[in-house]
Amino acid sequence: MSVDAATVRRIAHLARIAVAEAEVPHLQGELNAMLAFVEQLSEVNVDGVEPMTSVTPMEMKKRPDVINDGEIADDVVRNAPDTVNHFFLVPKVVE
Amino acid sequence: MTDLISMTIAEARNGLANKSFTSLELTDAHLAAIEAARALNAFVLETPDKARAMARAIDARIAKGEGGPLAGIPLGIKDLFATKDVRTTACSKILGNFVPPYESTVTSQLWRDGAVMLGKLNNDEFAMGSSNETSCFGPVVNPWRREGSNTSLVPGGSSGGSASAVAALLCMGATATDTGGSIRQPAAFTATVGVKPTYGRCSRWGIVAFASSLDQAGPIARTVRDSAILMRSMAGHDPKDTTSVDRAVPDYEAAIGKSVKGMKIGIPKEYRLDGMPAEVEKLWTEGAAWLKAAGAELVEISLPHTKYALPAYYIVAPAEASSNLARYDGVRYGLRVPGGSIGEMYENTRAEGFGDEVRRRVMIGTYVLSAGYYDAYYLRAQKVRTLIKKDFEDCFAKGVNAILTPATPSAAFGVGEKGGADPVEMYLNDIFTVTVNMAGLPGIAVPAGKDVQGLPLGLQLIGRPFDEETLFSLGEVVEQAAGRFTPERWW
Repeated sequence: MSVDAATVRRIAHLARIAVAEAEVPHLQGELNAMLAFVEQLSEVNVDGVEPMTSVTPMEMKKRPDVINDGEIADDVVRNAPDTVNHFFLVPKVVE
Repeated sequence: MTDLISMTIAEARNGLANKSFTSLELTDAHLAAIEAARALNAFVLETPDKARAMARAIDARIAKGEGGPLAGIPLGIKDLFATKDVRTTACSKILGNFVPPYESTVTSQLWRDGAVMLGKLNNDEFAMGSSNETSCFGPVVNPWRREGSNTSLVPGGSSGGSASAVAALLCMGATATDTGGSIRQPAAFTATVGVKPTYGRCSRWGIVAFASSLDQAGPIARTVRDSAILMRSMAGHDPKDTTSVDRAVPDYEAAIGKSVKGMKIGIPKEYRLDGMPAEVEKLWTEGAAWLKAAGAELVEISLPHTKYALPAYYIVAPAEASSNLARYDGVRYGLRVPGGSIGEMYENTRAEGFGDEVRRRVMIGTYVLSAGYYDAYYLRAQKVRTLIKKDFEDCFAKGVNAILTPATPSAAFGVGEKGGADPVEMYLNDIFTVTVNMAGLPGIAVPAGKDVQGLPLGLQLIGRPFDEETLFSLGEVVEQAAGRFTPERWW
């Protein structure tokens, strides 16, 4: 399988990465090189094989459903590019 | 005082214990070495004030007899580990001046045991790379050069800063992380020892995530013993990481010098590649002979799905990365590039913040997870991963204790030499290491010899799950036979 220019633009949008029109051809080439490389997986017989979900067999541990952290709003927002009163600010979403 | 930097951790531990020198003296010697080695670009942030403060505090603890297993030992920390109040960037522009209000579990255990932080080490952006050339701080230079040449070579990656700094005597050991070979490949390129522990052995909490089902933290050091000393402090259960295993941490150092007599060592025939340099092949044979001389039994084994590990990795790892890196959106931390709408702001921020390799992998990951392609790519890759793991399980079930392979298909290459036209050329560096991550197993890279150009080469030992101790015992045999290798100082 390989991707065309329209697919490259669609993937870029899904990944929320702005891609200039001039970058599309070489990105397309790189992605197709990677897809050509992984193509060899299609020759493996995977009939009846379970997909791996956990590399080390382990039971999912559960934590007590209690509050054990908090009251650190200053810490939470301290690296944010734009905040007011412990709120993250973003461009207007609703008119 | 120059001698202070060429000691091993084990030697420094003795010197500190019998008061031959203080941690402050040891730390100052390393800070001076770091300052003189800026040409290597191994450190992206030097923290001399913090280092001296930590050293003074530990000297006071040592005086009271409360040192801890790493008391006073100066270490470098890969910039993927969150360090409280110290800038942590994963060497990506998108994290910008991120200063974590928390400490990663692995580093907090090192400080608990008395280690001293010298600074943050360079790595490939988000640990995506095999040469440390994708860092937003620029490439790291390998302290090793080809004989009679002053061409700059890469130290490998992604833990290139860790490997370079340890090899160049800038720190006594370093933290590193390994998703497809990022500890073992740079260790092999710099004649250092690198350990990738079993998945779940070290907590991933507070380490910038790349591919969560593959990432594991581990040490890079100058000897097998030193790597065992560091491992004991780095490993352990952490309730904050559900994939960390609740299992006692053994005294890994006790495995050093243990007899390997009667151990069954597998030599996988699928690792004998067409076009493999003769010296890599020769080293591998030599390594097998050393283990045999120490009493181990060598058996040829088959890992039939080996050739599919790297392609499966280049689906699984980018898929997980595309999901993990969705958090970099210009809202909660890091870089923000304005846009007309919130969507545009996300797209501009991520376009500006991610480098080429990261963008490539996020896009391929997005594609293989997208509707209509999930089954063909991602689900198939996860099934292949099951088969890769089964190959190893079958061998271990037949009584194989560990597996011996070359660590890399070649020695270090020049800066800018690889991957320019085709990204896959760079990916092939991890061909011998990536299977281990796919199967969640422990692996160690040990320096074993040099190529015709005088560059170091390493051997890899792969172990059963949670049997790092056997790797330390076998690694010590290799180190004793091969000797140690130190680069000649030119920087």
